[in-house]
Amino acid sequence: MKIHEYQGKLLFAKAGIPVPPGIVAKTPEEAAAAFTKLGGKIAVVKSQIHAGGRGKGTFKEQPQQRGVVLVKSAEEAKENAARILGNTLVTVQTGPEGKKVNTIYVEGGLNIARELYLGIVVDREAGGPVLIMSTEGGVEIEEVAEHHPEKILKEKFDGLNGLHAFQARNLAFKLGFEGPAIRAAEKFLPQICKFFIDNDCSMAEINPLVITKEGELFALDAKVTFDDNALFRHAALKEYRDLSEEEPMEVRASETGLSYVKLEGNIGCLVNGAGLAMSTMDLIKLHGGQPANFLDVGGGANVDQVTEAFKIILADSNVKAVLVNIFGGIMQCDTIVTALLTAYEKVGFTVPLVVRLEGTNVDLARKMLAESGRDIITATDLTDAAKKVVGTLGA
Amino acid sequence: MSILVDRDTKVICQGITGKSGLFHSQKCREYGTPMVGGVTPGKGGTEIDGFPVFNTVADAVQKTGANTTMIFVPPPFCADAIMEACDAGMKLIIAITEGVPVLDMVAVTTYLKGKGSRLIGPNCPGVITPGIAKIGIMPGYIHKAGPVGLMSRSGTLTYEAVWQLTSLGLGQSTCVGLGGDPIVGTSFIELLDMFEKDPATEAILMMGEIGGSAEIDAANFIKAHVTKPVAAFIAGRTAPPGKRMGHAGAIISGGKGTAQEKIDALEAAGVVVAQSPADMGTAVQRAIAKKAGK
Repeated sequence: MKIHEYQGKLLFAKAGIPVPPGIVAKTPEEAAAAFTKLGGKIAVVKSQIHAGGRGKGTFKEQPQQRGVVLVKSAEEAKENAARILGNTLVTVQTGPEGKKVNTIYVEGGLNIARELYLGIVVDREAGGPVLIMSTEGGVEIEEVAEHHPEKILKEKFDGLNGLHAFQARNLAFKLGFEGPAIRAAEKFLPQICKFFIDNDCSMAEINPLVITKEGELFALDAKVTFDDNALFRHAALKEYRDLSEEEPMEVRASETGLSYVKLEGNIGCLVNGAGLAMSTMDLIKLHGGQPANFLDVGGGANVDQVTEAFKIILADSNVKAVLVNIFGGIMQCDTIVTALLTAYEKVGFTVPLVVRLEGTNVDLARKMLAESGRDIITATDLTDAAKKVVGTLGA
Repeated sequence: MSILVDRDTKVICQGITGKSGLFHSQKCREYGTPMVGGVTPGKGGTEIDGFPVFNTVADAVQKTGANTTMIFVPPPFCADAIMEACDAGMKLIIAITEGVPVLDMVAVTTYLKGKGSRLIGPNCPGVITPGIAKIGIMPGYIHKAGPVGLMSRSGTLTYEAVWQLTSLGLGQSTCVGLGGDPIVGTSFIELLDMFEKDPATEAILMMGEIGGSAEIDAANFIKAHVTKPVAAFIAGRTAPPGKRMGHAGAIISGGKGTAQEKIDALEAAGVVVAQSPADMGTAVQRAIAKKAGK
């Protein structure tokens, strides 16, 4: 689960991690009031969406407007907010369709001396969380990693005890910290690592992490993602979920216990198992088609789930044909066919449907399909299925 | 011979009184797996469908001599169940449970270090040595005993590959599902090493997917240490970056972990890579022929 920057900072502040003062605004008037409340000298107006690259991003409706702007008066804050709120921000991370901004965050300015990068992820190969830092803050970290890998520092830390003070000092010296900033890092870095563990994060990124002229450290950004599988022990975090940031069909699928990802093509796929579902997409592409989605109905889908899965696939107007690929293991093929025929009746198909079944009770299932009288194209193996479904498009 | 399971294997199921735990324990027993009981805290001393139930894994080990466990407990309790099994001296721990928090697995990995238990999973279909024992949720009948060792990060894709092999008349020595999570107990490299040393395994089929670098590490290992023919398939060539494809581990991040990157590394290591998931079985045949031709 992703959250907004302002929510991340709220959680940081609660955990004792220093963030600049800031106020959430939903209207231009609120933005002006926030500016005044923050001291009325200088502030930053920041669009809140679940994507990075906001500073360089521009709006579909307002091509001159940037997603993050420095303002020097309440009037300026208000004007910028008016151009941002309700409009669509396009950044390198949103894709060309962009994301609608419903909230802005007005933040007080700081005396910035240096900008750094800080990120924490669970590293598979290291088998634990790793703190990543770089002197190159405020820029695309992927670029730094590619062109200047020597500027990326990595420090593995214990998943139970967190980052030790000496590890923080080691990093601080390597990053060229001086004076009070070293003491600040000794406190800040273990705190953010503890935050990561305490909240079951899967990613936490502060870009930039700033050192002020006074030698203090502040999280100037907060990009936090939580492990969905651990949300059961963080009930309070659920209120931070912003459904408007998610693909509606993906939300609907997850509520039904299905795993669905919308793609750009026109062949809808319904498969059991994530690996087989990915392979089915690959197979379609290999035979000249384009998959419209990834959809894994899981190991024990029932009639209701399969029906919902068909509804979700067919709700995408790009879908011109559907391929069902089931390898019945514990899930029996005849169960799938029962579900399929029920779904067929309930949903109604206007596009060609190709079905490939294999596994437990497949003979019975094929017989049921044949006797159903429905206009369903059956396939004997993977290649046959892919050829047939691509063939229905008359390419 | 085979890897991980043999004729001395004795299996219990942690979470045996749950719906899936019981169902799959029954299926494993039908297949011929020596299922000797199960564990559900608080239900010790009872019996379910002929399986004796114990309160703790230590009890179960003491009374049945079990050396292998299959875990079906719900995700919030899975890490604890794995550590309990390790503490009771289980040689092989197979965690089927899907949805275990990643940081729980970090704690488990630390706990297991140096303790002598091997963990397979979590979020995996299990392990099967055809004709000897099936410990997991895979359909038994599609398998056939033979010379191919299989290892995979996914479930149904493995069934598909097994089915293709069996249809071609190629049986399997042992099939292992590693699990689809970012942190799992056993890596491709560890299994490659076991298959290489197993006299019953004559060829290896590896099924990977996008995300992480496990397949690239495996490619490097194959190049340096594996003499047997290896075939592979990598799922997710069409997956866009940043989107999680069902498995928590299957996500391309920061441009790393793409299918092409992995395919290139494997081919450079002499592995025969199937271009289509329909050709996984024939890729094994080609790998065997290629090695024989040398």
